[in-house]
Amino acid sequence: MARITAGVGSSHVPLLGVAVDQGKTGDDYFDPIFAGYDWTRAWEKAEKPDVVVLVYNDHASAFDANIIPTFAIGCGERYKPADEGWGPRPVPDIEGHADLAWHIAQCLILDDFDMTIINEMDVDHGLTVPLSMMFGTPEKWPCKVVPLAVNVVTYPVPSGNRCWALGEAIKRAVESFPEDLNVQIWGTGGMSHQLQGPRAGLLNREWDNRFMDLLVGDTQDARAIPHIEYLRETGSEGIEMVMWLIMRGALGKTTRCLHRHYHIPCSNTAIGHLVLEPV
Amino acid sequence: MTRDIHAYLAEFDDIPGTRVYTAARARRGYHLNQFAMSLMKPANRDRWKAGERAYLDEWPISEEQKQAVLDRDYNRMLDLGGNIYFLSKIFSTDGIPFAEACSTMTDMTFPEYRQMMLDGGRSPEGNRSIKGGN
Repeated sequence: MARITAGVGSSHVPLLGVAVDQGKTGDDYFDPIFAGYDWTRAWEKAEKPDVVVLVYNDHASAFDANIIPTFAIGCGERYKPADEGWGPRPVPDIEGHADLAWHIAQCLILDDFDMTIINEMDVDHGLTVPLSMMFGTPEKWPCKVVPLAVNVVTYPVPSGNRCWALGEAIKRAVESFPEDLNVQIWGTGGMSHQLQGPRAGLLNREWDNRFMDLLVGDTQDARAIPHIEYLRETGSEGIEMVMWLIMRGALGKTTRCLHRHYHIPCSNTAIGHLVLEPV
Repeated sequence: MTRDIHAYLAEFDDIPGTRVYTAARARRGYHLNQFAMSLMKPANRDRWKAGERAYLDEWPISEEQKQAVLDRDYNRMLDLGGNIYFLSKIFSTDGIPFAEACSTMTDMTFPEYRQMMLDGGRSPEGNRSIKGGN
């Protein structure tokens, strides 16, 4: 049977993709960020996941203002990196796992999550930057990916509780897939950042770290954090952290922390990174 | 969890210096955002650069929205329903980094803004609530 063996939380700041693509990861500015991922790159090489369920948000790349799916799952065979206005990132295409993705989609719908199914889409920095952070610059990505895109842009976005519950349903779905697969789930985005208005540049080291604390162990307190708290404490774009709760929900009752990293700043954003395993 | 949509939305107006991208803004800014999205295509970027006003006139957006775009007044665009991820296509086309575009929405110059970020970012202290003053 397939099983979820680990969860990873990570920011997906586009500038990190630029740093990788331009060979700047060792620069003074970027080195403290990338050094925090060294442990994880070595760990991923040893873990060799077959599939990553990669929870991210699209930033006006695949989806325009016309159709706004709250939860969308990629069930395609293959995805290309999106042209976000300056040409696509020079990274490998992303191979989907259509069998697992369709299985998860069907299970989720039966489990009362009314998913939007995507057959074809390009994937932007929200998905490709975490792959670069965890796997470096291989010729081909070492695993297949099931993209799971969440609306965290147009309000109301899904509640933290709903995201956690979706994670729980993803766990049940993965565990009912008959093939023997090592599956990881990654929750991406955040941490504190605000990209708009006179309050742009807001960062909150204390809040971000309390949030990471809440993903370790058996507490479920993070489920109840209301949107207004993310907005006030972590900036208008800090709401992306609800996507980490999908990852946490999929790890079951209790987690153990294997690795943790936090750094300020990267462009406008606080970088957070967490590797968890179910206990 | 807040279940009353009116109470839920009302709280958003109490956050200093922030326009939460609500359904009302998404509705008002729909064509403005779709215009910005169109700049993802190289051919459209070329036509836009060749004549901004003429390109804007192809879109069913208001005169004040057009003027805000021509002025690169991002706070005004946000007020008129723009969303920053869509508007980012405009400043990307201008060759301006995200952080620099953000700085234009604050009371700082770009070097001042960049220094604030290096120093740990804008503190949440005093920036959480207009009513609460905290």
